[in-house]
Amino acid sequence: MKNREIIKHRKIFYIISAIILITGILSLSIFKLNLGIDFSSGTILEIDLDEDVSTGEVRDIVNQVDLSQEPSIREVGDSGIVQIKTESLTKELRQDMLDKLRERYPEMTLEKIDQVDPVFGKELARQAFLALAIAMVLMVVYITWRFEFKFAITAIVALVYDVLFVLAFLAITQMEINNEFIAAILLIVGYSINDTIVIFDRVRENLKLKKRDETLAEVVNKSLQQSLTRSIHTSITTLLTVGAILVLGGSTLRIFSLSLFLGIISGTYSSLFLASPLWLDWRLKSEKKRA
Amino acid sequence: MHIKRSRIALAMLIILILAAAGYIYNDVANNHGLSLGLDLEGGVYVLLEAQPAPGETVDRNSLERARAIIQNRVDQLGTKEPEITIEGSNRIRVAIPGIEDQEQVLELVGQTALLEFKSGQKIDDEIVYETIVTGDALKEAVVKFDNRTNKAIVSLTLSDEAGQVMQEFTSKNIGNLLYITLDGVPISTPVIEDAVGKSAAISGNFSDAEAAELALLLRSGALPVPLIARESRAIGPRLGRDSLAKSLFAGAIGAAAVLLFMIIIYRGFGGVANISLLAYMTIVLFGLKITNSTLTLPGIAGLILGLGMAVDANIIIFERIKEELKTGRALKIAIENGFSRAIVTVVDANVTTLIAAGVLYWFGSGPIRGFAVTLTMSIGSSMITAVLITRWLLRLLVDSNMIKTAKSIGRV
Repeated sequence: MKNREIIKHRKIFYIISAIILITGILSLSIFKLNLGIDFSSGTILEIDLDEDVSTGEVRDIVNQVDLSQEPSIREVGDSGIVQIKTESLTKELRQDMLDKLRERYPEMTLEKIDQVDPVFGKELARQAFLALAIAMVLMVVYITWRFEFKFAITAIVALVYDVLFVLAFLAITQMEINNEFIAAILLIVGYSINDTIVIFDRVRENLKLKKRDETLAEVVNKSLQQSLTRSIHTSITTLLTVGAILVLGGSTLRIFSLSLFLGIISGTYSSLFLASPLWLDWRLKSEKKRA
Repeated sequence: MHIKRSRIALAMLIILILAAAGYIYNDVANNHGLSLGLDLEGGVYVLLEAQPAPGETVDRNSLERARAIIQNRVDQLGTKEPEITIEGSNRIRVAIPGIEDQEQVLELVGQTALLEFKSGQKIDDEIVYETIVTGDALKEAVVKFDNRTNKAIVSLTLSDEAGQVMQEFTSKNIGNLLYITLDGVPISTPVIEDAVGKSAAISGNFSDAEAAELALLLRSGALPVPLIARESRAIGPRLGRDSLAKSLFAGAIGAAAVLLFMIIIYRGFGGVANISLLAYMTIVLFGLKITNSTLTLPGIAGLILGLGMAVDANIIIFERIKEELKTGRALKIAIENGFSRAIVTVVDANVTTLIAAGVLYWFGSGPIRGFAVTLTMSIGSSMITAVLITRWLLRLLVDSNMIKTAKSIGRV
């Protein structure tokens, strides 16, 4: 294995990460996430019109219904299903819209109706993020117990970075986020922390075996080199499975699997090039203070 | 003798795993096994929340009665295996697979269905209502056909006491209007033609379907507390089946790609990992079946990802063994050492993810909970198969001298 000097060049990786991070935060604040109705409330109807219809035509019909906001109408999926997204509709309005549509397109089949109440919309997300926050605290406790506090914090930093990375991508591309996204975030969290711990485990082991003339930086670098093969192989296998879903899994899962795909790439990157160097620098700084 | 024994053991282990896998796959494929979520099977889902009068709270008793009433109503639709569960302190989750008409279900579960018979008195241009009898007193409600109009009507039978009250009222009010309301809205206002007692009939301008639904609602009883629908979803069966087929196909391809990768990179040991993965998948499916978990679309994706991560445990082990071999140790010792050291890594890494899954289970509800369960089972199985199966297979392979040189583990 070639002698790859990761630690020596860590400043470069810090800069790259910082650029990505800042771009991410900026895009989140400017573009904001495109929240599906699961989080913002509303009604979604997906209908399969047996003919080739322009969305403009559908819009004309939908506009006959007494809506207070402009509906969003577009084609989704691979087989020409029309999606109508509106504010939260009452039963009467829903029925009215369905009747009018059925009148014009008697052959239409209703593939999906989702309705989320305004109050309820954000609750699930709030619940999930609260759960994640608590999970992170518990993870810090466990990692501190098994390793040390500095490892715990840098692991969490890498984790947050990965999540922000995926969120930023979604904000820039304005892809719509729904409930499944929460599941994706959880999987990314799991993968990221898993990956980071495996590397930290190696650092921990090499620290125990550290020789007198080895610097801390050399120990960390050696650990990273030793872990490189495993990291790459594992990301490849995970990306193979997620890639299969991305390509073959149908349109319903597309945003979900894309988030996973990016999260895994970011997770691998952050474990090697962010968490470990950060830990090193933190440790060096506190050792300097003691001296 | 020693060699033969381990070869036999090896063969037996592999056959056992293949048999278990075959059994489970067959089971699941024929759908005896796993219950599918609505996003895979199609159906209607509603999340209802109790809305008590302002200032009041919902008591557990009312919520349970409401649940039972809704169960009653849904059962009369004759669908298979509807799930109606209480969630938290004021919510009821209704999931009905296989049904397509969301509106019908919403009507059925959402309506309080409080029936009232009222008298109306005109006082200063306004009508003041007074309730005579409520639906509590209903003993029976069936659909009948009116001879004269040939329209569907709902024929009611009241309790004896209510019957007497009605008798008194109607005999005193011949010629006046009787207001029959459902949830406060008048559905029928007949002129009282003569005194009626226990038997009454509601004849509005009902279609057959409307009359049947009304009778159903009345039979089940009025909800003790009003419920509103916070969330409702209806998935057509075609979309569901489509999603299922596609994700299963993707899973198969993904799994095949992983198996191939492992053999290319790790050769003989890759084959070991693959058998171990087969065992992993089998255990996960078995676990899901036992716990009666509902498989959702994200759940399937989680399982597929889990496959990629289950390989990780094996990769960590193999890389360790490679390192041991590099230091010149004999194959057998390298394997044992590599194993012991790697297990520590695997456990530490997986426990942290388990923490996240556990918290999500605790705080989550419904689909998030199900997802946490799937994830936990995934991680648990991958640890078990890595610690047990991979180790056994490796030991047996070396014992039986099928793997003699380090070359079998791939490039060292």
